[in-house]
Amino acid sequence: MLELQGLTRRFGSVTAVNDVRLSIPDGQMVGVIGRSGAGKSTLLRMINRLTEPSEGRILHDGQDITALRGSALRRWRTDCAMIFQQFNLVQRLDVLTNVLVGRLNHRPGVMGTLTSLLCLFTAEERALAIQALDRFDLADTALQRADTLSGGQQQRVAICRALMQEPKFILADEPIASLDPRNARTVMEALRQVNREDGITVLTNLHHLDTARHYCDRIVAMQAGRVMFDGPPAALTGEKVREIYGVSEDEFDEQAEEAVKPKAQRAPKAGLAIA
Amino acid sequence: MPRIEADFQAARRARRNATLLWGGVLLVCIYVAALVSEASPAAILAGLPRIGEYFWRTLPTFRWEVFFANWETEGSFASWMYRADKWAWLIFETAQMALLATLGGTLVALLLCFPAARNMAPNAWVYHLARRFLEVCRTVPEIVFALIFVWAFGIGPLAGILAIAIHTIGANGKLFAEVVENAEPGPVEGIRAAGGNWFHRARFGILPQVAPNFLSYALLRFEVNVRGASVIGFVGAGGIGQELYQVIAFNYYEEISAIVVLIILAVALIDVVSEKLRMGLNAAAGGKG
Repeated sequence: MLELQGLTRRFGSVTAVNDVRLSIPDGQMVGVIGRSGAGKSTLLRMINRLTEPSEGRILHDGQDITALRGSALRRWRTDCAMIFQQFNLVQRLDVLTNVLVGRLNHRPGVMGTLTSLLCLFTAEERALAIQALDRFDLADTALQRADTLSGGQQQRVAICRALMQEPKFILADEPIASLDPRNARTVMEALRQVNREDGITVLTNLHHLDTARHYCDRIVAMQAGRVMFDGPPAALTGEKVREIYGVSEDEFDEQAEEAVKPKAQRAPKAGLAIA
Repeated sequence: MPRIEADFQAARRARRNATLLWGGVLLVCIYVAALVSEASPAAILAGLPRIGEYFWRTLPTFRWEVFFANWETEGSFASWMYRADKWAWLIFETAQMALLATLGGTLVALLLCFPAARNMAPNAWVYHLARRFLEVCRTVPEIVFALIFVWAFGIGPLAGILAIAIHTIGANGKLFAEVVENAEPGPVEGIRAAGGNWFHRARFGILPQVAPNFLSYALLRFEVNVRGASVIGFVGAGGIGQELYQVIAFNYYEEISAIVVLIILAVALIDVVSEKLRMGLNAAAGGKG
């Protein structure tokens, strides 16, 4: 059980996330929707403390996450793997090493760090990585450089890296915003598969209502930093959307699409070098 | 239309006035600089012929009928280069000094560039400490370090190697740190989110991105260091410079030109090879996503 209690984040005079209270039971797949600037990203990044909350607490099974420091904080980050819109793989490293990055915090002590710095992973770790890749039909690409892969493949490599962390949660920040519809589907299916088969709780920011309805057990709608709706997909009707955002569902999708586009422009840069 | 013409004229006048003003300021600056540094055209004109004279004296006198004769024959090419074997060895030693100094200095720079980069420094203290240390390494001239080390370790290449290595730490450390600051933040964040520590972020998030640039800078520094190592022997820090200093001091004019020619050849060769390597590296770096 993950509990967010009055979670707030201010950037100067702007309140990006405002007094968010949520409790998320284990094994759920939660979609967070909202316009750009609604605070979805900040909310997700506060959970693994890439962004520090200004106020409020995060509790996981009674443990205060907001108080973690040093190696305890790193262990928590390993427990809640993150998927990024831009994949955030190390482009110039091969796919296998990128996946093995997920093991870094499973190698304790000075020797663990030292051997990882020299890329001295064990045969078991490599086997584990290849198994993870094989699960998403990527085993053949293991020795290719990450930047030779398509966006959809890269995002699935990122999911493999996340799985190598043996996480309890996966936080996915606009995982499909830089992908074409076909790749978006494979990535969303991979996330759902991980949720169903491995019992990993998935929190994902999405800008498409339909995607959120189709894949998630529960939808959280945010507007101006606040949670305006929290419930099953069926309860998020067109009427409800109009009530929260003041626009029809189609208009909402269009606006959200526009908002993620400028960011998405950066992805093809990586893609172009492949061609 | 006439109004546009008038505006155009006004704009051009303003531009011309600005050019004149700043040109005047520049001229005054040059004049003051020349006055302070006592660089008068008369002094240059008076000295120029003497440069030519010196060069003239160092030139070997060949007798063409015995040009290809052995080294004992006065006026042959071989007699000009009569100590070529020893000089070649000294130049080789100089290159080895530069190589060791570049390797050692670059390794230390590789460690220090991360704390000296704004995006990787753990805190402001470490950042400023690393930056200032690199500055000291860079701004104190090599020759000063060389003098200190000759005093400490005695005459010989070790002093030169250390002096050049320290300068390399400063120069490459700064350049590396700037490359690190320009690295994409995405991969670093990916490592951080996976629970990686500082070393992991540097090794996996940054290093793969910047490695080609680092190598390119290290090679460039090797070129610079070969030149530096040729001169540093003047204070007794080993290499060809020591020999060059002696022949200059004793006015062995023909030897001076022979050694200088050999140095130029060696440096040019190293430059060409290193430039080829760097171009290859840059092409590899340019092809990344």
